[in-house]
Amino acid sequence: MIPMEYYLIVSTIMMFVGIYGFFTRRNLLAMLISVELMLNSVDINFVVFNRFLFPGQLEGFFFTLFAIGISAAETAVAIAIIINIYRNMRNIQVKNLKNMKW
Amino acid sequence: MEITLDLIVFIILALFITVSAVLAVTTKRILRAATYLLFVLFGTAGIYFQLNYSFLGAVQLLIYAGGITVLYVFSILLTSSEGDKAEKLKKGRFAAGFAASAAGLAICLFIMLKHQFLPSRFEHGELPVKTIGEALMGSGQNGYVLPFEVISILLLACMIGGIMIARKR
Repeated sequence: MIPMEYYLIVSTIMMFVGIYGFFTRRNLLAMLISVELMLNSVDINFVVFNRFLFPGQLEGFFFTLFAIGISAAETAVAIAIIINIYRNMRNIQVKNLKNMKW
Repeated sequence: MEITLDLIVFIILALFITVSAVLAVTTKRILRAATYLLFVLFGTAGIYFQLNYSFLGAVQLLIYAGGITVLYVFSILLTSSEGDKAEKLKKGRFAAGFAASAAGLAICLFIMLKHQFLPSRFEHGELPVKTIGEALMGSGQNGYVLPFEVISILLLACMIGGIMIARKR
């Protein structure tokens, strides 16, 4: 069997790659992609803990299931907001977002 | 530890995920970033399949790889013009971001590898879909019918909110 730590190393690397992307990208959609990476790494952690430490229970499994649903909802609303920003300002670079509508 | 087929599959998946994730945040073209994100999601689904959670892997493929990525690609095509490239990263900003995430990664890996987890064991065998369904719809102990209903309301609210925000005035 593969030790649990191997999975956790992969998810930790994925988490911090996402954080790096969130710090350095200046495009709203690219930042949203980085957030997706972070969400995915947390999902892997939940599933791995459920599988290896508590195999008889289903908590991590359902937490991941609901997290996937919530991140879908989050993405939909975020993309609606980004499209609205594009319609008002004609681009989605963070440095141009200095003022709101009012 | 001997080399088993499981381990080989896992190493391939891990390398695939890591390389795709790094490329997704470093590539200049945003559409390529979305494609690499799709690869990362495929790799994650592969890890779920390898852990014998086929249902979760299928959900990941359906919702993430099938739904969210299409949403990303459409919005990228709507909001960026042709030949749109990310501007060159300033040295200072790159150094700050890299240092912060490398330090965080080092601290987290150190803590995680030092920590003594509960004795872990891996039981082979698929989780039966009947168990998942009964837990998802059960209202007794270990039942998840209330979160299930709450998330359905949340999805409805998000649909209405998305239409309200993005519609033409």
